[in-house]
Amino acid sequence: MRIRTQLLVVLAVTLLGALTWAALEPLNSASREHVFVIPKGTWARRMAGQKVAILPDHIHLTLGLHDILVLRNHDEVPQIFGPTLMMPGQSFTLPFDRPATYQFACTAHASGQMTIEVEPYPATALARLVWRVRALLRAL
Amino acid sequence: MTPKVLGKLVLTLLLAAGVAGATATSGSFKSGLFDPPRPAPDFTLKGTTGQPVRLSQYRGKVVLLAFGYSHCLSVCPITLHTFAQALRQLGPAAERMQILYVTVDAQRDTPARLKTFVGSFDPRIIGVTGTELQLAQVRKDYGVSATKIPDGDSYMYDHSSFIYLIDRAGRIRALMPYGHPPEDFVHDVRLLLGE
Repeated sequence: MRIRTQLLVVLAVTLLGALTWAALEPLNSASREHVFVIPKGTWARRMAGQKVAILPDHIHLTLGLHDILVLRNHDEVPQIFGPTLMMPGQSFTLPFDRPATYQFACTAHASGQMTIEVEPYPATALARLVWRVRALLRAL
Repeated sequence: MTPKVLGKLVLTLLLAAGVAGATATSGSFKSGLFDPPRPAPDFTLKGTTGQPVRLSQYRGKVVLLAFGYSHCLSVCPITLHTFAQALRQLGPAAERMQILYVTVDAQRDTPARLKTFVGSFDPRIIGVTGTELQLAQVRKDYGVSATKIPDGDSYMYDHSSFIYLIDRAGRIRALMPYGHPPEDFVHDVRLLLGE
């Protein structure tokens, strides 16, 4: 019984420590760019009947952390990529400076739409905590 | 420090400066930038000016290229209103740019109807129209989608809402997503005019 209690205390302290760290540790990002690439040979694989997913239906960006969407077409043919037509070897860099939900027509998606959700910078401890938990859930 | 090492250090610093410069340049635009920019596909269509409108005739000016149709109730009125405000904010610099509004509705958008529509926002905006085939080709060249949707006895279009920014050399430099305020257009047009 005593061991169980001790374990629970250790778990609670660890969880509290993790939550405190998640709330207080400033958010940093090595790069503000969120890069998506159409690899070489994508068109050929599609023509061969393969389903090739390049862009997710939903992209989450955060102002001040990841707020620049970068699309690169490394394929050998023009591609409709996100909101635009891109030539082979071309890249498209789209910065965001306002929190909002943007919807683009995108033929690369089965739904025909791509949604980009831009969140405000998590400036407070609670916002940082929520941001980290949501990022963790999305990663899972 | 040997000359070889010094040379590598200088080269590294120059490369770093180049990368930083490129990042600063792309970051200073409000719209999305293409790298490398490609030549804007040329077209000649019927204009609301009463004359054929050829895109390349505006070489030397910054061109904002938008797609829509006059029966649009949501996106187009807001986009055109934004354009009108941007033109006013640009003042005399507006003479060094041109806004072209390409219809996706060849059936209903005659030059006369388009002129009334775009002119109600700002007479400096030029509407262009053409045959179904001509307009479909322009949309294909620019990666613009327009899907006809039945609406009772009539129809509407679900169409791309972004705006292309074409520089004075006739290259597609940037793309502004729908919803940006006029200040962002003014900002980017001034950058392109200043090059």
